[in-house]
Amino acid sequence: MIDKFNIGRRGLLGGAAAGAMTLGLGGTANAQKPLVLGFIYVGPRDDYGYNQAHAEAAAVLKKMAGVKVVEEEKVPETVAVEKSMESMINLDGATLIFPTSFGYFDPHMLKEAAKFPKIEFRHCGGLWAQGKHPMNTGSYFGYIDEAQYLSGIVAGSVSKSGKLGFIAAKPIPQVLRNINAFTLGAQSVNPKITTQVIFTGDWSLPVKEAEATNSMIAQGVDVVTCHVDSPKVVVETAERAGIFTCGYHCNQAKLAPKGYLTGAEWNWERVYVDMVESMKAGKAPGNFVRGGLKEGYVRTSAYGPAVPAAAKEKADAAKTAILNGSLAIYKGALKDNKGNTVIPAGTSYVITEPKLEGMNYLVEGVVGSTS
Amino acid sequence: MASDLGLWSVPLAMIAGAIRVSTPFIFVSVGECLTERSGRINLGLEGTMVMGAMSGYGAALISGSPWLGVLVAALVGLMFGALHAVICQLPKVNDVATGIGLMLFGTGLAFFLGKPLIQPKAPNLGAIDLGWWSSIPQVRQALQVNYLFVIGIVLAFGMAWALKNTRWGLIVRLAGESVDAALAIGASVARTRLIATSIGGAFAGVGGAFLSLYYPGSWSEGLSSGQGLMAVALVIFARWDPIRCLWASLLFGAAGAISPALQSVGVTQGYYLFSAAPYVLTLALMIATCSPERSLKGAPGELGAVK
Repeated sequence: MIDKFNIGRRGLLGGAAAGAMTLGLGGTANAQKPLVLGFIYVGPRDDYGYNQAHAEAAAVLKKMAGVKVVEEEKVPETVAVEKSMESMINLDGATLIFPTSFGYFDPHMLKEAAKFPKIEFRHCGGLWAQGKHPMNTGSYFGYIDEAQYLSGIVAGSVSKSGKLGFIAAKPIPQVLRNINAFTLGAQSVNPKITTQVIFTGDWSLPVKEAEATNSMIAQGVDVVTCHVDSPKVVVETAERAGIFTCGYHCNQAKLAPKGYLTGAEWNWERVYVDMVESMKAGKAPGNFVRGGLKEGYVRTSAYGPAVPAAAKEKADAAKTAILNGSLAIYKGALKDNKGNTVIPAGTSYVITEPKLEGMNYLVEGVVGSTS
Repeated sequence: MASDLGLWSVPLAMIAGAIRVSTPFIFVSVGECLTERSGRINLGLEGTMVMGAMSGYGAALISGSPWLGVLVAALVGLMFGALHAVICQLPKVNDVATGIGLMLFGTGLAFFLGKPLIQPKAPNLGAIDLGWWSSIPQVRQALQVNYLFVIGIVLAFGMAWALKNTRWGLIVRLAGESVDAALAIGASVARTRLIATSIGGAFAGVGGAFLSLYYPGSWSEGLSSGQGLMAVALVIFARWDPIRCLWASLLFGAAGAISPALQSVGVTQGYYLFSAAPYVLTLALMIATCSPERSLKGAPGELGAVK
């Protein structure tokens, strides 16, 4: 009841013409009602990181005609997110919900999806499987390790000490893929290079991240990158110490005008615009959406002033090869850093290979451990 | 760039960590030490610290002067401390409950007001380079000492001296040990506690400013992540002695540096365990120093928590 009332009022607010349509045609004027999208973030929208990448894309959607975006930030991965989803559906009339954080998927989003079968839910990063999960849910993600590979090439070319640093939150497959791709990229230009990994233990621990960056600098690491929710602290600490950084999630060049080399960025706008278009056309958005550099779901930051021309050339060449499919990042013979062969010689995986989604090793040349 | 120190770099990194990480602990625990010696417990210092971090960052951003930021953080901390003191002086108010209330209020308010401060970059407090004599870059890096760290050490010793040797220190201790005795010499317990709690708040505010203006050096909502609460616990650990507060803070900072330092030299197994090192250390020392006969020795007699 409240639901209908609200949409009617929104229609009126939408302008005289839209209002007249709503009043005149009633329920048949479905296409004229604004499409309401609900975005839920786990942290602040302007964190220079994961949440900002989503919020920037949501800002693009706001400008689309007939689309209304409602957002809520700092929603914990608990029942709180269920309440947020319900209020977006019941009070704001949202019909497509984007819970963007990993922990929202199971059980919270699945529970709400069962409760509201007519509402579409699309989750970022969750492992959606046909038959296992309801059809009004789905997941999308990007193969950002392709962009990390390119960052690795630039980092490997710029590093003088041959030691790279990677500050990571937790050893989950998505993080390990990034560490490995970054290292493999660097090794493609300098086979002897090593990547030092420090796990901080959680997604947002500013003091630990600064401490990790400093202990890497003390060990002679001269390029760092990271996989934490907000790379701000790592990038700023590295810039202050005069070493180089590669960014993650979104562009942090402003934080390190001297030392920022390049970075792996999300381009969620591409995913969201597609989904909104299909909603407008009256179709449900895709249930299992994946893409990399080629699909434009991920991209690299513009090169910083410290990147030499030769490094740019190598990275650009690799990018072209990834785009035309002639370069596989993960190919045999590949050993992990304990000496076990993880990909046998002669095998090469395309980026969509499901085996890669369960990655549990660090490749040779990475100094670190997954436990 | 770096010389190879091997495993020697771990103790070095711990010293560096102690210097970098311990400053907020020093300020909050020394301030809380004063507050508790006057017979009041302020659990809200976590909130005060986060408010200090936010307001200091904001002030530094607007004025361009990080030291003005520190001053503003101290003033905001002073106000939070005074607020706690005034509420606690009302009849039948429990200072533990008030402290928890103010902690939640402080963090909430800081997150709300700090929204526009997440992105911009405020000027940083500088460091004194005390490692100029060394040719080893790790040593030089370890001895980048911030002014606030030095001020914190001076404050801890100053506080210990003042509590012991001045009339003012005597009144604070009397207010904490025995209200009757304080009244007998004609001191106002309420006023003493108001001043002691306000100063404690100001110290916590400065501790927060260190976080946002020096290390890690930017405002974010996860900045403190419980450091204010740990510092309050350190006061009990340090048996209400400012100088022991200082040692405890240094120890805590050093223990926090173990995990990244070990990982960076290649000892990578079991880093979750090493991350828990500060807490394990606290527990171990607590057990080692406690005995049934002299448990909570040094606790002010009027302190609500131990009454």
